[in-house]
Amino acid sequence: MAETLEPNLVELASLENVEKGTSLWKDAQHRLFKNKMAVFGIVVLGVLALACTVGYGIARKAGLGHEIQDLALGASAPSAKHWLGTDPLGRDVLSRVLYGGRISLMVGVVATATSLIIGVLYGAIAGFLGGKVDSILMRIVDILYALPFTIFVILLMVVFERSLLLIFIAIGAVEWLTMARIVRGQVMSLRHQEFVEAAFALGLRKRRIILRHIIPNVLGPVIVYATLTVPAVMLLEAFISFLGLGVQAPDTSWGVLIKEGADAMEEYPWLLIFPGAALALTLFSLNFLGDGLRDALDVRASKD
Amino acid sequence: MSALPKIDMALLQVQNLRTSFYTRNGIVRAVNDVSFQIEKGETLGIVGESGSGKSVTCYSILGLIPQPPGRIEGGKAIFDGGLDLLKCSSKELNKVRGRRIAMIFQDPMTSLNPYLRIEEQMIEPLLIHEKISRDDAVARAVQGLTEMGIQDAASRIKSFPHQFSGGMRQRVMIAMALITKPDLLIADEPTTALDVTVQAQILELIKKRQADLGMAVILVTHDLGIISGFCDRVNVMYAGRVVESAGTHDLFYKTKHPYTKALQKSIPALQPKGAELYTIPGMPPDLSKEVAGCAFVPRCEFAKPECNHPVKLLDVESDHSSACLRVQRGDLKL
Repeated sequence: MAETLEPNLVELASLENVEKGTSLWKDAQHRLFKNKMAVFGIVVLGVLALACTVGYGIARKAGLGHEIQDLALGASAPSAKHWLGTDPLGRDVLSRVLYGGRISLMVGVVATATSLIIGVLYGAIAGFLGGKVDSILMRIVDILYALPFTIFVILLMVVFERSLLLIFIAIGAVEWLTMARIVRGQVMSLRHQEFVEAAFALGLRKRRIILRHIIPNVLGPVIVYATLTVPAVMLLEAFISFLGLGVQAPDTSWGVLIKEGADAMEEYPWLLIFPGAALALTLFSLNFLGDGLRDALDVRASKD
Repeated sequence: MSALPKIDMALLQVQNLRTSFYTRNGIVRAVNDVSFQIEKGETLGIVGESGSGKSVTCYSILGLIPQPPGRIEGGKAIFDGGLDLLKCSSKELNKVRGRRIAMIFQDPMTSLNPYLRIEEQMIEPLLIHEKISRDDAVARAVQGLTEMGIQDAASRIKSFPHQFSGGMRQRVMIAMALITKPDLLIADEPTTALDVTVQAQILELIKKRQADLGMAVILVTHDLGIISGFCDRVNVMYAGRVVESAGTHDLFYKTKHPYTKALQKSIPALQPKGAELYTIPGMPPDLSKEVAGCAFVPRCEFAKPECNHPVKLLDVESDHSSACLRVQRGDLKL
């Protein structure tokens, strides 16, 4: 029966598609950088981050700090000195947008990372172990979900000092819930996939199965959700600040600036347009990056 | 292979295995009092329609039943004269699984992790079960793939599963299962998801490797044609029970159970051309309801009122057992 052992022609034809041996991460990197939109996203985010740190430092040296007032000037349209104009207190909008970006980007990154770590671990454990453990863990999530966010934040602020760190904790504590649910659902369906059963049948231990076989397979949806979390988190921060519980004047964030700008948009539209544009640009770039990451991490999508 | 001398202790001895699932609709007795044994080097076929408990039997032996809702209610599975696979700790079980007992699954499209290269997945059992360097493990994996008829294995092993066709993936699965040279291979419908030409190749490969390694094989299938060409012994399962157990030749030529007979009658290739294809009337029973007598009664053309009495699998000839009351009494010749 030797001739039946020969691989058939169709199988041989796909031989040319064999990739060179590299790790999943290197492959993903390669694919990510081939995606023009994703690269655009990375570049824009990088420029924004630089502007908010280095750029703000330069502006400050030039005498344009975010809290420096010029009451005599008042609100003025964009000009050679104040590129993006000034607000009613004569503060430079450019340096306020850059300063606000520091807080907004930081909240976005730190709170999302917090929710990512807690949510993925919690969801993976609940979904993988299943049964009673799963029931208890998910009921805790349900209870936390039912807690009104505003009251939760106010309680935190009353019990502890008001600080930026508390904003991170408060937002992270809320945002991980959805992440945990998503990951749990994914893991539960993966748990009964044949390759996981095959891994058990090969004598692999649970920890190895979770780390090597389950987590890489949930990365796609997790990353997409994480990119959606960043804007949600920034908006939450704006909401907390709006309640007067978050960032305190003269410090500011994009959320606060947009809120102030919206109040005065009929007289001084630049107060709304510029912070709004900064936020929109960030969210656009994040979405492109998220899309690119998801495609890059999906080995099946690559046909090159 | 029936020429092999009988060895006193069977490689795997399953006794009175009972596995149930506790579902919202009641207790489903998926496997009910199943006993069989398999000798070293022997090929045992387990045949039956969907839901007859073939796969659950195999999963139970390897501790792969999700618990809950599943529960192994009783029985023993003595492996190699010592370890009871149903009662030992997961640590002991992990030493046997993948090393001495390997399993290949039904659907090669889903039984490989899409995110890992073939190489990574193939060497995993070696790295876990043997003291071996990575390079040696990879060399063994490449050799395993070559033996499975995959050409240019050294470069193909770097591929991801989606770059392989179904037949190729099943070859990879088999190579992976055999990489630790197990004593027993459980093949759960290894060719169901493949087209017919590839089926034959895969079975041929399993047979060849079985001869090379001298391992025993449990082949689960619903295809009597595969059984006839491949197995030494056959267990026919219906509604969670073994209804007939015999050597392959006896099963086909001295059938002792109406269900086996009906299965044979529904093979198109064995019927005259143009004849209407025989199908077994009715549906398999709902396993969540207790059945007092023979579960095949509602569909059996030979059923009599006394068939509703409890019945056990008994020897009706030497090395040939049947769970048909009428055959056991001798008042039914098939």
